Amino acid sequence: MDLISFGVQLLNAVQYGLVLFLVASGLTLVFGILGVINLAHGTFYMLGAYGAYWLTLHTGNFGIAMLGGVTIAFLAGLLLENVFVKRLYGRDHLAQVLLSFGLILVLDEVRQILFGKDVHSVPPPAFLQGSIQLTEIQAYPIYRLAISLFCLLIALLIFYVIRKTRIGMIVRAGAENREMTRALGIPFDKVNRYVFAVGIALAALGGIVVAPLSTVYPGMGDHMLILSFVVVVLGGIGSVGGAAIGALLVGTADTFGKVFFPNFSSFSIYLLMAIVLLWRPTGIMGQRND
Amino acid sequence: MTIDIVKSALTRRGLLAGAAGVGASSLIPLSRPAFAQSSPYKVGLMLPYTGTFAKLGQFIDHGVRLYVEQRGGKLGGRDITFVTIDDESKPENATENMNRLVAREKVDVVIGTVHSGVAMAMVKVARDTNTMLIIPNAGANDATGPLCAPNIFRTSFSNWQPAFPMGKVMAQAGHKNVATISWRYAAGQESIASFKEGFTAAGGKIAEELYLPFPEVEFQALITRIATLKPDAVFSFFAGGGAVKFVKDYAAAGLNKTIPLYGSGFLTDGTLPAQGADAEGLKTTLHYADNLDNAANKSFLAAFKAKTGQDGDVYAVQGYDAAALLEAGLVAAKGDATARAAMITGMETAKIDSPRGPLSFNRAHNPIQNIYLREAKGGKNNMISIAHAALDDPARGCRIGS
Repeated sequence: MDLISFGVQLLNAVQYGLVLFLVASGLTLVFGILGVINLAHGTFYMLGAYGAYWLTLHTGNFGIAMLGGVTIAFLAGLLLENVFVKRLYGRDHLAQVLLSFGLILVLDEVRQILFGKDVHSVPPPAFLQGSIQLTEIQAYPIYRLAISLFCLLIALLIFYVIRKTRIGMIVRAGAENREMTRALGIPFDKVNRYVFAVGIALAALGGIVVAPLSTVYPGMGDHMLILSFVVVVLGGIGSVGGAAIGALLVGTADTFGKVFFPNFSSFSIYLLMAIVLLWRPTGIMGQRND
Repeated sequence: MTIDIVKSALTRRGLLAGAAGVGASSLIPLSRPAFAQSSPYKVGLMLPYTGTFAKLGQFIDHGVRLYVEQRGGKLGGRDITFVTIDDESKPENATENMNRLVAREKVDVVIGTVHSGVAMAMVKVARDTNTMLIIPNAGANDATGPLCAPNIFRTSFSNWQPAFPMGKVMAQAGHKNVATISWRYAAGQESIASFKEGFTAAGGKIAEELYLPFPEVEFQALITRIATLKPDAVFSFFAGGGAVKFVKDYAAAGLNKTIPLYGSGFLTDGTLPAQGADAEGLKTTLHYADNLDNAANKSFLAAFKAKTGQDGDVYAVQGYDAAALLEAGLVAAKGDATARAAMITGMETAKIDSPRGPLSFNRAHNPIQNIYLREAKGGKNNMISIAHAALDDPARGCRIGS
């Protein structure tokens, strides 16, 4: 492989990793801070993509689709937390798995009723259409580059909020010691609700920005859910920084696995996961439980 | 996980049989013989009504019912009743679902399914219980190969069939060095193997076989790999959502300008509205094309549109022909479900005037049919030529009739 192809593959790897980060960040937040395993994360990713399809179709504007989709997802997250999820804090993971699995079945049916079973595609916004010629044969769609940038911005925003703001401080404190935070009179329950809603909104946002790239189809979230879990476990549960590193590692392992070891590409990322977990059983940025 | 039996008609007979079973089971043997002749012939439809292949399952279902409705609800003089079961394209539930139809519902024939893994489990049960099975889509070569059986028929294709003629087509178009790309699963690998067989026989050379895990859709790394390899052309096998994304990614990377993309027909079947302009001009091979100029196809498409409001496609045709094949069997058996030998002979020798063109069956009960070269134009897969007329399947490993 010459240097140029290697460069293009590296670009593919980073771009894929950034998208994975966007989706996985919501999962790691909810998992790490609320201690809730949300199997329906991939389903919200799918619903985000369907929402983007429907809203672009009816408004003709991807920007509106994005804002509208994220807002709806955020509100749905608040509602779900209030009605279902808050009953599960502190319960064992089996109850959470059952609830979120039930959500998958129900939401999938809702998707079927609202949007049917067809495959759809979403046009990217007009000013991001077209592509840049990278090599004499291969061009790179501008939209792909744009979402890499967008994912990077979202990542920085999440870091800023968690590290530098008061809300971020409460979130971190709550993740560290829930009871103590509550005892100090901090409205942690309210924070919980918003964290859950933000998690759902991030999943949907992932689906929305990926929609023009990936096309929209039933079951598109299933694979994404598994990859998100790999990213979260690799990075260390609850660590947003870890998720970023994990996502880039998975992107790289997947891309170069497909190119260099085509026969083993289906498990290149799981091999990576096994090696990392042998080295650091709680993930790259995970805290030691001792 | 969810087992979903929908009775298309909640028949009085079902209630009666249930009541008889509870009340006076000794009556059943007495009433059985008369029952068997006058009662409706029971067809089990085991298809994906939910999940990735839901639309395909629905269209096959519509196709079967359309044919039966056109015959006034009767085939070979027998009233037809349907029992449907959603297989969800889940191989892990397939044996149980199939057993339900055979043992509990006591269907006379099963028509199903789309997913090859599910179909192979159905084949196994059909062989064990000697149940009549008609496969209206799944292309796994083995079903009419090593696992062929007198009671198992297929009205769709073997994976070998649509891809093989493309080898000759691409060689004749002047492509000498071709890369292939597909998912690493049975249908993909069997298609690529048969394309390779046809292409190397016509003097071509395979640059590289690229695979990715099923049903992953992150194609970017392999598209870059194709740009690095610079083959004369690419042959691909994808279907459904993956086909849409692959065609769009390939075009977005600008590869379609320098390295023409070809595929097995599933690349552009049922997916053209979502692929839009990116699919324009794509050449594929399949046993059906949207604009086939024969009377059967025209009247089929009109009737399908009238019944469902949608445009019929290859899947609907496969369902429609499954019912036609069943009719051939029931006519030969004079409507008697127990006259199995006559029924099988009737089906083996059936010559169906299908919307796809002439359709007959080989010794392994796989279709002998035309494979068409098609080009995607304005949202339709239009026929360019017959890539291979009356193509038989080699039926490797099948022992019956040889």
